[in-house]
Amino acid sequence: MSILVDKNTKIICQGITGKSGLFHSQQCRAYAKEHRPGEDVFVGGCTPGKGGTEIDGFPVFNTVEQAVKKTGANCSLIFVPPPFAADAILEAADAGIGLIVCITEGIPVLDMARVKRAMVKSSSRLIGPNCPGIITPGVAKIGIMPGYIHKIGSVGLISKSGTLTYEASWQLGNIGMGQTTAVGIGGDPIIGTTYIELLAMFQADPKTESILMIGEIGGNAEIQAAEYIKSHVTKPVAAFIAGATAPPGKRMGHAGAIISGGSGTAAEKQAALEAAGVIVAQSPADMGTAVKKAIEKRK
Amino acid sequence: MKIHEYQAKQLLSAAGVKVPRNVVAKTAAEAAEGYKTLGGEVAVVKSQIHAGGRGKGTFKQHPEQRGVVLVKSADAAKDNAARMLGSTLVTIQTGPEGKLVSALLIEEGLKIARELYLGVVVDRESGGPILIASTEGGMDIEVVAHKTPEKILREPFDVEAGLRPFQARNIAYRLGLEGPSIRAAEKMLAQLCKFFIDRDCNMVEINPLVVTAEGDLVVGDAKVSFDDNAMFRHQDLLPFRDLSEEEPMEVQAQASGLSYVKLDGNIGCLVNGAGLAMSTMDIIKYHGGFPANFLDVGGGANVDQVTEAFRIILADPNVKAVLVNIFGGIMKCDTIVTALLTAYDKIGIKVPLVVRLEGTNVELARKMLAESGKPIIVGTDLTDAAQKAVKSLGA
Repeated sequence: MSILVDKNTKIICQGITGKSGLFHSQQCRAYAKEHRPGEDVFVGGCTPGKGGTEIDGFPVFNTVEQAVKKTGANCSLIFVPPPFAADAILEAADAGIGLIVCITEGIPVLDMARVKRAMVKSSSRLIGPNCPGIITPGVAKIGIMPGYIHKIGSVGLISKSGTLTYEASWQLGNIGMGQTTAVGIGGDPIIGTTYIELLAMFQADPKTESILMIGEIGGNAEIQAAEYIKSHVTKPVAAFIAGATAPPGKRMGHAGAIISGGSGTAAEKQAALEAAGVIVAQSPADMGTAVKKAIEKRK
Repeated sequence: MKIHEYQAKQLLSAAGVKVPRNVVAKTAAEAAEGYKTLGGEVAVVKSQIHAGGRGKGTFKQHPEQRGVVLVKSADAAKDNAARMLGSTLVTIQTGPEGKLVSALLIEEGLKIARELYLGVVVDRESGGPILIASTEGGMDIEVVAHKTPEKILREPFDVEAGLRPFQARNIAYRLGLEGPSIRAAEKMLAQLCKFFIDRDCNMVEINPLVVTAEGDLVVGDAKVSFDDNAMFRHQDLLPFRDLSEEEPMEVQAQASGLSYVKLDGNIGCLVNGAGLAMSTMDIIKYHGGFPANFLDVGGGANVDQVTEAFRIILADPNVKAVLVNIFGGIMKCDTIVTALLTAYDKIGIKVPLVVRLEGTNVELARKMLAESGKPIIVGTDLTDAAQKAVKSLGA
């Protein structure tokens, strides 16, 4: 088992004729071929104006609606440039795509506010934007993460950061652990899916035995997650919060990573998580071992 | 992107929000002239820098001179302006180095009955814009929020529809406004929220919002910043950027597609990915060192960018060691090492350089490092690399 992604997931890429869109579509297709030979997992892509053509064996459609009709796709990976990305997300939702994964970084925050508002009525789920995507090791990779770092296992991984997710997965691999599913939720102030929704999914997933949550400074999503964990999550949880040394008022790369008015600090997030019984790694080198500790503590 | 108060007032005024009559002065003579143009008895002379606390701030060159002063004559306007312009204003927000004042805002004096607070920001929780209001105008809103949270009014509003008239009235009544001020607030709050949306703002803060003796609402001070990601659709705002207010190295980094923030420590960091870059700073501190910067080279850095990154890090005279931390994902480690070695030759790195590599093609990359003949210290993992970087300072 896993969350969000399983053997029925059929993926298309919006922006497939762009450089990154094509490269990562190829990578995702190769991952699927390696792990599930003979199955059609990555079924095509969209670029307005290029419908009817083919790129490296991927059929290209003008609209997501057409792509869904022809391929039966239920998941879209978005690489559309920032000015057009919000529209791409809404197009996917309108076409009935159940799982929308938006990799694009740099979308205007009010565009995301409009997307959020429009998607209230939609049954689609958005992951990201500004995220590395999702991987269910051994099943499907929908994103830009290197597939081989992610081993099959029992840890549910939720993270705001890309490379920090790789680091954590690698550390888990070193101690013989892997993930059921790893989800990058994105580093923007407004994102589609938050920690709490994913914590609920991992809590409900029978194959997930423990959870690793990677957060950072800015906002209070980690604090809300801590409250949720306290009352709803019975599985062992470990966490790391990046940015303990970040100065206030400065944006740390991610649009959402900023301490404002003395709130959103790493210290308050760590304290809230610890109060909820979460094992918080003090050093980013200890994310893997923190999961182990969390599991041992529950035994 | 942040802008100056005078620019914010110019834009707000064009959007229909009432601001005091004002004149911008860049010389002492213009300040005197401005006082005469306004024609009132009292005028306010305000230093224009991208930082708050100006009223209590003082100048390095003139310790008795405040950053904001009331004047009652053209001569006083001129004398004050002469001391302020070209001098360095130090406030609670500028840090000890202060900021150079090159423009003044000369404003008519207002008959102040009350001072309120208004702010518009993006609320992560509701996933949209929010209007924040308080009766405690003129105070630091974060202090108010901390000490008397019940005095902070929060009104999320629809990004498409804007602030509804009833929402504006609710806020107006809760702020204790009455009579003609209710109507004025209904109009002004809606315009302010519309401005926030139309211009893709990050923040609009009116503190104080002045309620005049006549019941009118006028912007006392205004702080406005814009969403950098939305600047592509606001090209007309680009001339408002004041590069002299920004850290030169951060501007240079931005131009090369790098994300850089200068800090006070002595270990320079070069990392791929924002989360890992923050964590690298954290682990340096965890092992007793101090990071000199945040630097994310991004996911697809090339030789030029890595070279530029080194140049920026080493331009900081405080840097006594550099820690490179790369987790190669899609970006291959050998690509990074090629860039690293090229940059090394181009720049000539004289401080200890600790490199930690992991991920795609790491074996090849490590071999390249070992065979390069350069005195590069290899860190086997995060902890080892951080400890070696800290240790290298003592050697």
